[in-house]
Amino acid sequence: MIQQISVFLENKSGRLAELTRALGNANVNMRALMVADTAEFGVVRVICDVPHRALGVLDAAGFGATITDVIAVEVPDRPGGLADVLETLDAAGMNVEYAYCFVEPTGEAAVDIFRVDDPLAAEAALSAAGLVVVEPGALYSAD
Amino acid sequence: MFQPDFEGMPRTDIEVLQLERLMKTLSRVYDRVPTYRSKFDEVGVHPDAIRSLADLANVPFTVKDDLRAAYPYGMFAAPMREIVRVHSSSGTTGQVTVVGYTKGDISRWGDLMARTLASAGATADDIVQISYGYGLFTGGLGVHYGSERLGAATIPISGGNTKRQVQVMKDFGVTVLAATPSYALLLAETALEMGIDLRDLPLKAGVFGAEPWSENMRKQLEEALGILAIDIYGLSEVLGPGVAAECECKNGLHVNEDHFIIEIIDPETLQPLPDGEMGEVVFTTITKEGIPVIRYRTRDISRIIPGPCSCGRTFRRMQRVSGRTDDMLIIRGVNVFPSQIEQVLTGIPGVAPHYQVVLTKRGTLDHVAVHVEVGADFAFDEIRELEKLRRRVGAEIASALAISIEVKLVEPKSIQRSEGKAKRVLDLRAEGSV
Repeated sequence: MIQQISVFLENKSGRLAELTRALGNANVNMRALMVADTAEFGVVRVICDVPHRALGVLDAAGFGATITDVIAVEVPDRPGGLADVLETLDAAGMNVEYAYCFVEPTGEAAVDIFRVDDPLAAEAALSAAGLVVVEPGALYSAD
Repeated sequence: MFQPDFEGMPRTDIEVLQLERLMKTLSRVYDRVPTYRSKFDEVGVHPDAIRSLADLANVPFTVKDDLRAAYPYGMFAAPMREIVRVHSSSGTTGQVTVVGYTKGDISRWGDLMARTLASAGATADDIVQISYGYGLFTGGLGVHYGSERLGAATIPISGGNTKRQVQVMKDFGVTVLAATPSYALLLAETALEMGIDLRDLPLKAGVFGAEPWSENMRKQLEEALGILAIDIYGLSEVLGPGVAAECECKNGLHVNEDHFIIEIIDPETLQPLPDGEMGEVVFTTITKEGIPVIRYRTRDISRIIPGPCSCGRTFRRMQRVSGRTDDMLIIRGVNVFPSQIEQVLTGIPGVAPHYQVVLTKRGTLDHVAVHVEVGADFAFDEIRELEKLRRRVGAEIASALAISIEVKLVEPKSIQRSEGKAKRVLDLRAEGSV
């Protein structure tokens, strides 16, 4: 399971810049960032190298942030690769709340982040299907 | 219960007793207090015409300005040779008002405060520390006489010198604390600084009043002091502490209805409201001799909680006072008290009880937006959950206020924190439509 930081933001100009600056000043390195928004507010989701420290930084800077457990999967670089992952989750009865993608610095594989109800069961189902579940250690240090 | 014969009286008997005492009181003030005589004469209501409790609605109201105009003794209904005690209000909101008590008043006050302490679980075995100020303020001496009437060991420490208070609490084995809720919190903090954890002491209950406080504060007090914390209510014009108090159920304050008649009125139309509806609290004293008050408008906002209480007391309960009429808004013709919003918010997990009401005009209509903080502990990762939360807050506020509103979720800790004077309402309606 991967620990993702979720931040509640009102749609106010400059707020996202403030958030990233706060993390930057604290020397937190972001691996992925995804913004989900409505007309009035948004949720910013961040994968970074030191999630717990980042949470403290955001809290001190006046942001409302929590940690959410998500799963990360290496998606095979071929047509139908993502469909394999989603079908496996579907077959296991896992509803995907949201998903986003980023590319590892090595550039060899894409990593997809999924938010599901039961991350542990989802990881087991994916491993059983021969898919590569990304361990936290590969993305960030256990801080 | 300290006086179960009264506190558990059947409702019908209470009403018979109330009417009998009301008629006596009305005659007394009509005969002895020129202010009342001229008020009653002006509307053509003679005390003899009051033959039921419902007739009380025909009697004129009394307001604080009446008492101010009569400064100092003009509204006393007993000669000074019968007055044995005088208290006065602090005068923070204008000229002070003065109240006087006969020997009988003091004795009945003692009974009522003993009831109050007993409803916090106190008995003759307890050691009661009274940290309310002693003096012209009714708090200290009011609780004092009740504590002695109960037979408890009474420590008249009064306010101030907080470290010494903590030391006394520890050394004297205090079991019950009477104080303002904010002072009780200060005591707990000071104790910790002194290396004393109040939870380790025999302290078991606290009676807190004289200022408005919230359910959140109750939690804080109960945790920090390791006690049962109950809310007590009173005001010097009506008596002082002892008018109403919570029981162990902590769901509304039982009004001592054998001594006071409570009414809830619409502060705009001045018409009495049925049980359950929010409005201004009005009291009529029916046993006081020194300075009875008739339909005294307290400006406090509350409601009668309908239905009986499981503690066995039959006196009706008023909800914890949640604001003042001065805070009332009229939105699309509906009376709205911002504190109603706070009450709704405390009942919804996922939001903080901090809010701001923004009023604007849309065309000719009032538009209400309520800004609500997402709770710091809410798992707000999913938009769907946030939308669900927003709709729930909107539906619950709309149903409590009987008007539709727009809810805007805002970031945790982004709304100014209340220290009693936070700006909860931003009324932009006069600035034209948006």
